[in-house]
Amino acid sequence: MAALFIVPAWIANLEDDEDKLIAVVDSSRLFQHILPETDKIHFIYLNKGTVNDAEKEIAKNHYYAVLYIPPTVLSTPIVTMSSPKQPSLAVRMHIMSSLKSQIESFKLIKKEIDPEVIQSVKTDVKVGVIKLNDDGTREVKSSDLQMVIGFVGGFLIYIFIFMYGAQVMRGVIEEKTNRIVEVIISSVKPFQLMMGKIIGIALVGLTQFLIWGVLTFSIVSIASSVMMKNNHLIDKQIQGVSLMEKNSNQVANNVQTDFSESEVSVIFESIKDIDFGVMIFSFLFYFIFGYLMYSALFAAIGGAVDNDADTQQFMLPITIPLILSIVLISNIINNPEGPIAFWFSMIPLTSPVVMMVRIPFGVPWTQVMLSASILIATFIFTTWLAGKIYKTGILLYGKKVTYKDLYKWIRYKN
Amino acid sequence: MSNLLRIESISKAYASKVALSDVSFDVHEGVIVGLLGPNGAGKTTLIRIINQITIPDSGRVFFKENLINTNDVIRFGYLPEERGLYKKMKVGEQALYLSQLKGMNRKEALIELKKWFEKFEIATWWDKKVEELSKGMQQKVQFIISVLHKPSVLIFDEPFSGFDPINANLIKQELLQMKKDGVTILLSTHNMASVEELCDEIVLINSSKNVLNGKVNQIKQEYKEHLFEVIFTGFVNVIEMAHRYQYEIISNEPIENGQRVVLKLLDKTVSTNVLIQALLQVGNIVSFKELLPTMDDIFIKVVNQTNN
Repeated sequence: MAALFIVPAWIANLEDDEDKLIAVVDSSRLFQHILPETDKIHFIYLNKGTVNDAEKEIAKNHYYAVLYIPPTVLSTPIVTMSSPKQPSLAVRMHIMSSLKSQIESFKLIKKEIDPEVIQSVKTDVKVGVIKLNDDGTREVKSSDLQMVIGFVGGFLIYIFIFMYGAQVMRGVIEEKTNRIVEVIISSVKPFQLMMGKIIGIALVGLTQFLIWGVLTFSIVSIASSVMMKNNHLIDKQIQGVSLMEKNSNQVANNVQTDFSESEVSVIFESIKDIDFGVMIFSFLFYFIFGYLMYSALFAAIGGAVDNDADTQQFMLPITIPLILSIVLISNIINNPEGPIAFWFSMIPLTSPVVMMVRIPFGVPWTQVMLSASILIATFIFTTWLAGKIYKTGILLYGKKVTYKDLYKWIRYKN
Repeated sequence: MSNLLRIESISKAYASKVALSDVSFDVHEGVIVGLLGPNGAGKTTLIRIINQITIPDSGRVFFKENLINTNDVIRFGYLPEERGLYKKMKVGEQALYLSQLKGMNRKEALIELKKWFEKFEIATWWDKKVEELSKGMQQKVQFIISVLHKPSVLIFDEPFSGFDPINANLIKQELLQMKKDGVTILLSTHNMASVEELCDEIVLINSSKNVLNGKVNQIKQEYKEHLFEVIFTGFVNVIEMAHRYQYEIISNEPIENGQRVVLKLLDKTVSTNVLIQALLQVGNIVSFKELLPTMDDIFIKVVNQTNN
């Protein structure tokens, strides 16, 4: 899991460690020695010769590319870059943004406007969210963190239910195709066997989750300390890009500092806000009961069919609500108190994921209790239902089962 | 002989067909009972009902005069028709696990398993994975697992399928030994030869009904057709023989150094001694024996009768 996050980041870092020397043929004579350089991107300004001359010598002089700035660049801001390879996006972005800010300031000067005036009128509006509590107190809130936590929590529950639920189903099918099931149910009741399988895999899942948690935490902390150096480089690159802008707008920056400081403190505030005890508890609750409810259904499917291929027709009604709840996540993050969020956090087949997304935003405890009770009741119901299907299904071989059969099995007395 | 199991008017219907209708019989202690019947007659359903795996629509099963319960059944040894093992598990590990499910503790299970593995000469399989074994080898392991906890009742559904003659014989010998030790065995099989060898009693189920039930010897007597096989050496006065009134000649064929004749006794009051005396006059008798019907014959006869 940790590797999942770290490897791509590491690869992305790896990619661009080549020094790039770019020859600039500047016919406009406006950009001599003022394009900002970074650790990797360097410019050499060619004052003699044409673009063609420079292009001919690309290989000899180890140029990464030749940048041609036409004399008309101010009126029609188009420049060309010629290179034997496709120039990287990072390089193009760098050139684009440096030229853009230069050309803009040239234009301002031409119109006799002080660039500082422009910077000083640029305005960045922030909306500070203040939550009015029932007891009359006010809290400053930022919902970014809640969004992340809600999304990650909901998504993890989705993945676990799917993964371990399918594992239960495969386990049941395996016991059936191995023909060991009848040997075992002469010693234990079918219901015990089914619950044993479900609970056993739940414990495996929780153990795996614990190991992942510990590993992810330790790998991320090790990796981030190792990558710190690289990150500094990236920071410098970014600084290089915006250096020019920054130099020219000291004043504006000073004004903004107050805002950004308060913004940081709001995020810190909201970390304190989130009760991690409640988060972990509700994650475990919705994971365990969501899993129990779904895995009973998965076990019933496993009991009813003979092999993996036959599972398709019964899988659909189970996977649809799960996938629906994932699709709904963005909607719920946008409006965690809205009717969609409310109803889907009550419907038991979607509530484990949806409620998990809502909880970091703060959900009235009455709603949580209601959703939790519905979930538990449904879990008991699906387990009873699955027990009936399972009991009949596991002893039946070589018959393609239909929904009608399942209905009949459920109605069997005992 | 006391009743160990009593099956009392068991009926069971599935959605599309009747599996058992009003089946009753007793199983006496310490005997081997053969549960016979054509495919789909309801044998497996009956076995599952005795094992409390399937609940009957009506009827009851008694064990030692009490209604059977789950605790009784757990002590039974059961080898279902559809049987298998976890493919990825090691043989010894799995045998230990399954015998612990039957209520043995690990230590005694280990001791008993070692004993059986030695006896069946499969001690080297202990650490093999089940998927490495052939079907017959797996059956051997399954047999051991089903008898390991020394059950007083054994229920076997087609125990000989998948065995070669040598191993089938090994299992038969074990079953006979267990019977001597007082174990009651209920055996469902299509193998009539093994019924003749092993079973004391049979229950024949056809189209969901109990159509024939009783001791093998008595049933053979009931279904006998008063056939006798006589073997002569040397000259046989066939014309003289044909003039007798008590019997009818079914077949008469020459064999090496003589003649084999099968007779059907017409007058059932005539004793075998009288018959032999009559035959002494037609030739030199080497052997004389009554031909009793085989279980195969009885099976086919009864099934055809009840089907018509």
